[in-house]
Amino acid sequence: MGLAAALFAAAGCQDSGGGGTDNSNASDCGGKIAIFGAFTGPNAGLVIPSLNAAKLAVKQHNAANADCQVTMQEFDTTGEPQQATPIANQVAQDQSFTSVIGGHFSGESKATMPIYEAAGLVMVAPSATATELTAGGNKSFHRVVGNDATQGTAAVGYIKNVFKAQKVFVIDDGTPYGLGIIDEVKKGLGATVVGSDKVQKDQTNFDATISKMKSAKPDVIAYGGYTNEAAPLLKQARAGGVTAKFLGFDGLYDPAFPKGAGEAANGAIVTCPCLPAAEAGGTFSADFQKEYGNAPGSYGAEGYDAATVLLEGYKAGKKTRADLLAWVDAYDKQGVSKYLKFDETGDVDKSKVVVWSYQIKGTEFEPQQEIKLS
Amino acid sequence: MNFDELFGHLGQHTVDGLAKGSIYALVALGYTLVYGVLKLINFAHSEVFMVGTFAVLGTWSMLGATDNPGFGLMLVFLVAGLVGGALASGATAVAVERIAYKRLREMNAPPLIFLITAIGLSLVLSEAFGLWQGRLIVGMPTILPQEVLFTIGNTGVTNTQLLTVVAALVMMFALDQFINRTRYGRGVRAVAQNPDTAALMGVNKDRVIMLIFLLGGLLAGAAALLYAIRYGNTRFNVGFLLGLKAFTAAVLGGIGNLRGALLGGLLLGVVEVYAATLTSSNWEDVAAFVVLVVVLLFRPTGLLGESLGRARA
Repeated sequence: MGLAAALFAAAGCQDSGGGGTDNSNASDCGGKIAIFGAFTGPNAGLVIPSLNAAKLAVKQHNAANADCQVTMQEFDTTGEPQQATPIANQVAQDQSFTSVIGGHFSGESKATMPIYEAAGLVMVAPSATATELTAGGNKSFHRVVGNDATQGTAAVGYIKNVFKAQKVFVIDDGTPYGLGIIDEVKKGLGATVVGSDKVQKDQTNFDATISKMKSAKPDVIAYGGYTNEAAPLLKQARAGGVTAKFLGFDGLYDPAFPKGAGEAANGAIVTCPCLPAAEAGGTFSADFQKEYGNAPGSYGAEGYDAATVLLEGYKAGKKTRADLLAWVDAYDKQGVSKYLKFDETGDVDKSKVVVWSYQIKGTEFEPQQEIKLS
Repeated sequence: MNFDELFGHLGQHTVDGLAKGSIYALVALGYTLVYGVLKLINFAHSEVFMVGTFAVLGTWSMLGATDNPGFGLMLVFLVAGLVGGALASGATAVAVERIAYKRLREMNAPPLIFLITAIGLSLVLSEAFGLWQGRLIVGMPTILPQEVLFTIGNTGVTNTQLLTVVAALVMMFALDQFINRTRYGRGVRAVAQNPDTAALMGVNKDRVIMLIFLLGGLLAGAAALLYAIRYGNTRFNVGFLLGLKAFTAAVLGGIGNLRGALLGGLLLGVVEVYAATLTSSNWEDVAAFVVLVVVLLFRPTGLLGESLGRARA
């Protein structure tokens, strides 16, 4: 039944492709950008701001450059590696695509980066943060966001210095992202970690996890994963009398998380290597607000930056996959989220990465503080 | 392998497992009832449960339920949730029978066809709810806040756990009595044993079949309420894994056997919690299905292994 559901969803995403097309007949400027990510599905709330910001960047570019119109086409993966793979093959074979924005999640990025590399397509990822993605020497992959090693280090700093925790319970969801970031936290905290558990995708009841937490009596719980499991887990843990502070990572910087967990999410901390909207440079935040009627959420600024890096390449006359790859490799400029310059692995310059902590109040994420990476 | 944790708090993990298994058991009864009479696996039963969870949620939002209502309101919400969930699930189950099975049955379709229509209808229901209610997890108000009622040693039993287990036992007992003592129950047993002879004796087969689907649906609706109280969330695909587990529980206990479904459900819940405690929560499904395979290797008909027809025949 699961397979059939996946097929349904895959068929659905073909229809939605092309939704981001802003023009069809104006002067072509080096082909099309493919953007892929979880635009529907349980974790879409995390990705939509980035998609909308990228659309905004394309719109602004096309308005300003009548002689260089760029088309962006959306591919919905629902965040699943097995759905991202056929899309990657399709984009790689279609020579009209000359660059890629994505992936948004680490799992889909890991599964597709060899395909894009073989096709010579440059990838600029707004929010795929797993450390391992840039460790394998893939030439195609770049990201405008700090990796989980950095975010993990920041979270460890926060747990030690702000929470001043003595006992930490860690949970991950077994994905490259969740597992990766929790590994970083475990490394950084050492013996302070008193217990751990792993949940699985679509799990809805967490009796065993909660009993383990109750035995370990932690003062902080760190969760690496996404809303789909974190929201019911936190809700059940609070109902079960677990009062430890809750810390999640950027995977939970999603409006659906406080909505799903309700009252239980109040006061929870989420770290994110993404800027609060108000801190973003230029007029981005105001432009986004004007276009969509709401503030850019998670990774809005990063999605805008990823699109801008590529759009400036097209504007500079880069028209082939190879030229655009070389363009991104050499990019060196201030973006709205941070200063953008990629090292040889495709990571953004580590000294420029910023990590913020956000506190959930009601259903809002309130920026709390920038976590200093010392 | 975290043996210290498991044996240090063995009682706690057993209570957790029994409460978890009670919900499996209630859903398993639906599978086992239908199988006992029709020799048919109603794979759409998982969606009957899912519809129940949304009906409970819908009833509560209609009544304007919020977290932690007072005692009086809480009782109102519990009863309303039970009625709403049971009615919706019961109606869905009967509709499933009317739409997906009745005509096939009249045409004497081979069993494989029933399986495919069941899976098809299950997907239709779950995807329809996915489109209608969204694919996100939906939180529910906490009607019955958890409290530790009493503690034995280092084992705390909460009100919701006690409610779940007791409710499952009571409903199981009531169903058992209904099937074995009442006139309708005699009809069910007669059709299970030999449909043609039962028809000759004046038992209305269609009515019996509708009755068992209705009973299965009502129990799934009750399970949906207990699930809503204990876990406080639902989602369009909530039935999929839970339905699979409940089906496993039914097979484990001996499919077609009511008491077997209860035993299988409780056992499965306990095994899962033990396995999750020993290793980590993502191993619980592995453990559940390993136990199923091992039990079936030695007892191919399940633990209690009788059919509904032969029980007390």
